[in-house]
Amino acid sequence: MSTVAERPPAPAAPRVNYAARAERRRLVTGLLFISPWIVGFLVFTLGPILVSLYLSFCDYRVLTGPHWVGLGNYRQLAADAYFWRSLGNTAFMFIELPLSIIVGIALAMLLNAGVRGQPAFRTIFYLPAVVPTVASAMLWLWIFNPDIGLANTLLDQAHLPTLGWLVDAATSKPSFIVMDLWAVGGGMIIYLAALQGVPQHLYEAAEIDGANAWQRTWHITLPSISPVIFFMVVTGVIGFFQYFTSAYIMTSPRGGPEHSTLFYALYLFQNAFEYFKMGYACAMAWILFFISLVATLVVFRSSARWVYYEEGR
Amino acid sequence: MKRQQAWKRAVTYAALVGLGLGFAFPFVWMISTSLKFDYQIFPRAGNPFSLNLFPWPMRWENYPRALQTFPFLSYLYNTLYICVFSVIGTVLSCSLAAYGFSRVRWPGRNAVFILVLCTMMIPYQVTLLPVFILFRNLGWIGTFKPLVVPAFFGSAFFIFMLRQFFMTLPGELSDAARIDGCSELGILLRIIAPLAKPALATVALFTFMGAWLDFMGPLVYLNDERLYTLALGLLAFLGRHGADWSGLMAAGTVVVAPIIVIFFVTQRTFIKGIALTGMKG
Repeated sequence: MSTVAERPPAPAAPRVNYAARAERRRLVTGLLFISPWIVGFLVFTLGPILVSLYLSFCDYRVLTGPHWVGLGNYRQLAADAYFWRSLGNTAFMFIELPLSIIVGIALAMLLNAGVRGQPAFRTIFYLPAVVPTVASAMLWLWIFNPDIGLANTLLDQAHLPTLGWLVDAATSKPSFIVMDLWAVGGGMIIYLAALQGVPQHLYEAAEIDGANAWQRTWHITLPSISPVIFFMVVTGVIGFFQYFTSAYIMTSPRGGPEHSTLFYALYLFQNAFEYFKMGYACAMAWILFFISLVATLVVFRSSARWVYYEEGR
Repeated sequence: MKRQQAWKRAVTYAALVGLGLGFAFPFVWMISTSLKFDYQIFPRAGNPFSLNLFPWPMRWENYPRALQTFPFLSYLYNTLYICVFSVIGTVLSCSLAAYGFSRVRWPGRNAVFILVLCTMMIPYQVTLLPVFILFRNLGWIGTFKPLVVPAFFGSAFFIFMLRQFFMTLPGELSDAARIDGCSELGILLRIIAPLAKPALATVALFTFMGAWLDFMGPLVYLNDERLYTLALGLLAFLGRHGADWSGLMAAGTVVVAPIIVIFFVTQRTFIKGIALTGMKG
């Protein structure tokens, strides 16, 4: 529009005219190309965000229309013991983040050690990551079966005391961590690709300087792949707040023994689709949004200290 | 020095083989259980735990039995239906949008693209409920539409991925085609798309896998048992026959097997694609 307004009223120089017209045509072309995304953004993202924000200030139980309660939902959440429990449970799962990074990098480094049969090992480590969550949840329910499952069978054969796994509040969350570490392959593939991109001459130079394997890892390998670690931390932080599927499937009653696996996303889902407290669930979603935004910002802020980008990248 | 190297290799191989066995073990246990009789699963008195990996005799009829309670073929059809249309929708809408964000120069393009990136930061829970209410008002609950239609309106992550790829293609190609009178859509279809085949294949594969593995979407939108996906069907089986471990493991094996086949067939595209997503960091 501005280009039209700025056009001089007198017979304009044809050159300017063409340029403006060409620019307008490119604008139309560009907008046409992204129009599916624009529609999707308005209908499936921006609209729902605004509606969700509005509903978070409402009492809305689907059958009756929403009615405004101001900060009521948020005040109720602050006094809701299950809400705090679910936040605590979710926070506990963050132990898994460093574990999955360490295991993922360790596996990738083993694979990158110039071994024969690397593709075969890579496949074995990666396969659990493509198993549908319901299938792996079912398989691990069977493994964790306290009476006849594989986990207790192995403990028993090793003459160790057996555990309650998912049916014991003390071990339910660690059980999930064990199960998730089995599916660490997705991260491993990403680390492996990054390791293969570390310039070989750095290692050669370090070896000449007499650096041992540990020093090479600490001073060359890890800094070189730190951008990838950063990516995994960011996606991991967002991902953990959404921990849902295995908890939904594997613990009954949902939320596990003594609510020890009532994770944030699970409690949100229950409020929305089991108790039909849509407004309450929207308030929870907005708190989740806020927390993950802050957490992501913290990670970004800290990244200047530990993420190294190669010069000229 | 040489001796030390040999040592190191031995330790590396030992670690790889040990860990490999550990990672493969749950699969072995699943298949082994799927072939057992109940008396081989449930321990006899005095011997509570027994690690019986190779049951004999094998009970092959667990499979037909599991597939009777679990209509595998119709669930497979439903899952494939959702996957195929999601792939078509995502590839179409994302390549169009990526073209608009990379090969056409228009004022405000970068600002809008930043908006695309921002949408990736929004947890799905924030939009889930209003979108659910929207689909409910449209009468789409209990149909495949909520799982398929949004794919036709682009996905931020894949738009980003394709845009990065399209940017690497030389601009002279499009200029030459424009001089020859080719339309922008023609350039995308005849020049860019053929060159971007690997990236498009990655998008297609990831969308397919994403739809195949999706649990939340079908759980929320499909309430009719005839429309269940494999994942939901398996969940229903688990809910109803929770103690029939051999049947459950047979059904699980049948659900996992196609994924493993797909993975082996597409391994190269897959590994490259995953590596690509990480390198963006």
